[in-house]
Amino acid sequence: MEKILEVKNLRKTFYKNRSPFPAVEDVSFHLMKGECLGLVGESGCGKSTAARLIAGLLEADRGSVGLEGEEILGQKGKKKRDVYTKLQMVFQTPQDSFDPRRTLGDGIMESMRNRGMKKDRARERMYRLLEQVELDRSFGDRYPYEVSGGECQRAAIARALAVDPLLVICDEATSALDVTVQAQIVELLKRLQRERKLSLLFICHDLALVQHMCQRVLVMYQGKIIEQGTADEVIQRPREAYTRTLVDSVL
Amino acid sequence: MREKKTIVRKQKAPGKGIKLKLILWGSLALLILLTAAFAPYITPHDPYEQDLGRALWAPCREYLLGTDRYGRDMLSRVIMGARTSVFSAVLLVLITTVTGSVAGTVCGYHGGKLDTFLMRVSDVFLAFPGMVFAIAAASVLKGGLFGAVAALALISWPKYARIVRSQVMAIKNAPYMEAARLAGSGTVKIIFRHMLPNIAGPVVTTAVLDMGTMMMEIAGLSFLGLGAAPPAAEWGSMMSNGRSMLQTSPWVILAPGCAIFLTVMIFNLLGDTVRDLLDPRQRKKEELPL
Ligand SMILES: Nc1ncnc2c1ncn2[C@@H]1O[C@H](COP(=O)(O)OP(=O)(O)O)[C@@H](O)[C@H]1O
Ligand SMILES: [Mg+2]
Repeated sequence: MEKILEVKNLRKTFYKNRSPFPAVEDVSFHLMKGECLGLVGESGCGKSTAARLIAGLLEADRGSVGLEGEEILGQKGKKKRDVYTKLQMVFQTPQDSFDPRRTLGDGIMESMRNRGMKKDRARERMYRLLEQVELDRSFGDRYPYEVSGGECQRAAIARALAVDPLLVICDEATSALDVTVQAQIVELLKRLQRERKLSLLFICHDLALVQHMCQRVLVMYQGKIIEQGTADEVIQRPREAYTRTLVDSVL
Repeated sequence: MREKKTIVRKQKAPGKGIKLKLILWGSLALLILLTAAFAPYITPHDPYEQDLGRALWAPCREYLLGTDRYGRDMLSRVIMGARTSVFSAVLLVLITTVTGSVAGTVCGYHGGKLDTFLMRVSDVFLAFPGMVFAIAAASVLKGGLFGAVAALALISWPKYARIVRSQVMAIKNAPYMEAARLAGSGTVKIIFRHMLPNIAGPVVTTAVLDMGTMMMEIAGLSFLGLGAAPPAAEWGSMMSNGRSMLQTSPWVILAPGCAIFLTVMIFNLLGDTVRDLLDPRQRKKEELPL
């Protein structure tokens, strides 16, 4: 198995009223091809910040991120756009992740159109992607506020798949949904991961869900990775006191 | 298993009511603009021809809105005034929206030192009594109507810059902006495709609503002799000329007054309609029964 993502010494400090606040401190980990890696931790511990740093949506202070062995931090212009044909994200609040003035279909087709695909072909492909996430074609013409959270998240997954990515970062992709819908989205992600041999970085604060989804888990606390191991290991025999409280609070 | 589709409803193409309103107010506004454009060809009389023999006639069949103290036909002058008032207001609004939006977008999107600098400059303008500044600027510029427009543009752009800046800052970190980045859209594309359309509502509404205020401000400067110079027909200066005759010959002030009132109202209603049309979330709130 080869590594698809290798993160080393990632660091980001925010300044709140001039006092430094290290949101991500010296985060290092790797992700194997086809693996689903969990990243857990309480709200505000820096999971989203880490995700955005890796995706280059936020500039890191230090560190390196290798995608298939190539450094992707600090890339600009065309190089960065190329990165986004391999790496995609699914966000926590599906409805906010689509432009309220554009249809879901437009959102799904944006990456294809940006890469010069003709309108008709992009549309055909958009319909196929909707099918893959179990939505019917009519959703392509709907606006984000006209669909439910679960449906919107399916469309967001379709959008992420539009470039045939190798790696998808799911930043609490199921947290804003209610439990039954959550389960459906998780099953969908699992199926897509299997079928497409996707690698997933599955960010979540629900340990049970992570255990269900992931082979390996990282535990983050106050900007640092404090523990990692297989999901069962971490949950059944947590080494760190913090992990134990996290486990106790949900199980 | 799929979740139930209870809240799903097919997108209602812009509601019928809104379309009707848009057509109604839009065509009235267009009518005003056309009147302004073709004013010299549709005036029943020469708006500048003086005849003291028929000074201050009340409205009659020949002079539908009466005459002023020089015997000039009020209706012709109101029509002619549309050109001056409406076009200078339109020009002013265009200049301020464009400058303000560019400054606001740059500030809001880019941030940093440039933002700080431009915002301090706009603070200076906002802290100073606008009209006083405009009067000073207009008298320095001495450019008649264009001088007045320039002076008012100088004091009005900061408001638009502020609106646009705060809107840009509010949505520039929205997940859909990041999603657009992930889709490989560049900054320019993101600004024009995802940012500006989403902030156009408040800007356009403010702009159309400001038409009236701007018209009044131009009129104010004209009244002080810093805008349209007599004998040019201009609603504001016509009103101030008629002030002293409010009790004896009210039509001299009422004719241009009503013209301003109607124009302002039509542009306000058009502004509201445009806003509803540009902001689908707004539309949704109105159409979904609670
Ligand atoms: N742009 C920002 N500016 C300042 N502070 C931020 C910014 N983004 C996140 N933070 C702070 O960084 C910390 C980590 O946030 P986040 O990564 O969103 O946590 P999580 O996703 O784990 O809930 C929080 O305390 C948050 O307030
Ligand atoms: Mg988060």
